[in-house]
Amino acid sequence: MSDRKFDAKQWYLSNFDIFESSLNGSKNEPFHDIRKRAIARFADLGFPTTRHEEWKYTSIAPILEHKFNLSTKPVAITETTLQRFLYEGSAKNILVFVNGHFDKKLSRVENKTKGLVIDNFKNVLSNGSKLPEKYHAGFERMDDETFSSLNTAFVNDGLYIHVPKGTIIEDPIVLLYLSDSQKDPFVAHPRNLIVAEEGSHLRLLECYHAISETAYFNNVVTEVFVEHQAVVDHIKIQEEGWQAFHIAKTQITQERRSVFNSVNIDLGGALIRNNLNVRLNAENCETHLFGFFLGTGTQLIDNHTFIDHAKPHCFSNELYKGILDDKSRGVFNGKIMVRPDAQKTNALQSNKTLLLTDDAAIFAKPQLEIFADDVKCTHGATIGQLDDEALFYLRARGIGENVALAMLRYAFAGDIFENIKINSVRKALAEKVFERLK
Amino acid sequence: MLQINGLRVAVEGNEILKGVNLKVNRGEVHAIMGPNGSGKSTLANVLAGREEYEILGGEISYNGKNLLEVSPEDRAREGLFLAFQYPVEIPGVSMSNFLKTALNEIREYRGQEKLDAMEFFALVREKLQLVRMDEKFLSRSINEGFSGGEKKRNEIFQMAVLQPQLAVLDETDSGLDIDALKIVANGVNLLRGKNNAIIVVTHYQRLLNYIVPDFVHVLVQGQIVKSGDKKLAFKLEEIGYDWLKEDVEEIEKMVAA
Repeated sequence: MSDRKFDAKQWYLSNFDIFESSLNGSKNEPFHDIRKRAIARFADLGFPTTRHEEWKYTSIAPILEHKFNLSTKPVAITETTLQRFLYEGSAKNILVFVNGHFDKKLSRVENKTKGLVIDNFKNVLSNGSKLPEKYHAGFERMDDETFSSLNTAFVNDGLYIHVPKGTIIEDPIVLLYLSDSQKDPFVAHPRNLIVAEEGSHLRLLECYHAISETAYFNNVVTEVFVEHQAVVDHIKIQEEGWQAFHIAKTQITQERRSVFNSVNIDLGGALIRNNLNVRLNAENCETHLFGFFLGTGTQLIDNHTFIDHAKPHCFSNELYKGILDDKSRGVFNGKIMVRPDAQKTNALQSNKTLLLTDDAAIFAKPQLEIFADDVKCTHGATIGQLDDEALFYLRARGIGENVALAMLRYAFAGDIFENIKINSVRKALAEKVFERLK
Repeated sequence: MLQINGLRVAVEGNEILKGVNLKVNRGEVHAIMGPNGSGKSTLANVLAGREEYEILGGEISYNGKNLLEVSPEDRAREGLFLAFQYPVEIPGVSMSNFLKTALNEIREYRGQEKLDAMEFFALVREKLQLVRMDEKFLSRSINEGFSGGEKKRNEIFQMAVLQPQLAVLDETDSGLDIDALKIVANGVNLLRGKNNAIIVVTHYQRLLNYIVPDFVHVLVQGQIVKSGDKKLAFKLEEIGYDWLKEDVEEIEKMVAA
């Protein structure tokens, strides 16, 4: 006696009905129309298979086997548990979400700069304060594919930051998503919106951690607007649980003379897919994308990046490095589009992977689409193994084999960590990664 | 301290060392000379524990232990040091991190307290002066972008920090100008003492003007064909190092003459 094949799409559609009935009064808000259109789009799109070009090397079948419930109730986390996930000196502005729900007790914002909003999304909406129309519209613009449509359909909470014109936020803003799925295998759809107004500076640290080791699914969408001459540093550290699924779309829109620096670190999770899209919407923008992924066991870590050079005189620099051990798999798909308008574009891309076993694999695909003629674009992908001569040199000085291997593996990726400008974070991550490389 | 008996070693199926015998006592400096391809570097690398060599026969005893069964790191921890002929560039690993890790792993093995950052820097600062290298050198990646001379001085610097019981210098003199040669020789001479031994592997006699050996061995085609005192090196100099003949009998004849 076997079950009929579980219909994942139907499951998520029925999740929406449950969600809708839980909204009570707020389902009459204009916002809810956006949700309804998004779920309709999801119903049209369905889930992608490996026949879909964008998902060729990443089968999401393992996610769809689970009957994840929409996370409706917050789970209490103690201050002691929270401490495990904090970096020294980086907890002045911190927003904590547990299973997708804002935890007011654990969150705090010390920065009281006039006009600065660091809040949870739900609170902003329920206070009747309106998001600027421009950013509001973005909610639907995002929904060209399954997972962001799904996210929009279930939009409920997340981070909202609005940095007013000319404001410099020195302390990092920490966004912490904790997951405890022990009692309830849940799916959450966090939605983050970050607006850095003209000439402002912002440093955002976005972290994902698991408290339990059972399966759950975070389907995240983050939008960042980097306005004229604004500078945004974005560090994302993904340390989801070993059974966890994490699909994240991060959409950056840069305006004239803005700078966006991204460091994306993937250490956890069973199946990870990051879509990092940067649109260079005006001239003289600068973008730096750095990434590091470490795969062990049977982890699958998929990084898709897309830099859209829409306007001339922009510079983008991308370097992703991965170390894959055991039977882990990595995917790097780096798309760079240079539109006809975007003369004098300078785009660099490099992807380097270190394979520690014969069973580990990387699928690396640089994808350059250039429609302007006066541009400088370079890309390179290397796949390598450690240098035996270097290993012998270290051992010949008395360094044990495991430590020597860890030193060489870490050295391979060390330049990525150098781009993390928050010292305590860089140091703690370096130690953590070094220990895992032993 | 070191006793090598009938050592036979092959690389990729070719027998390079064909029965080498050598005895080194504490306080002695031995020079091993020979033409290219005679097996000098193979001997040095086998002592340090390089794994791609196939031991066909013979034994190496170091402080009473069977050295061939000891891992490269444990050999270093037991006080053996190889100054590499071709030091490897290791981007991303700083000299200070490298040396501090090495020193503390060795100390841990010997049951000594680890050095903290202050103690470590005090030690290395002193040793840097010995090889006339700048402190900035510590923050550079191992050998990355070093000139040939800097690489060789770096080997001597590491030796000075690690203070080995038995140091094996594999053609440390090759490619050095006279100033660098003096710095290297000075570093080696400072290590010299009644508890240490040094094996200098060299192609030329000139280094031996600065590091005066107690014994000189001539290695040709995988065998030590002649041993003597420092006068042997001068004698080799006189007959003009006609190594290219690479004919054991020929050389034996010349040396005996």
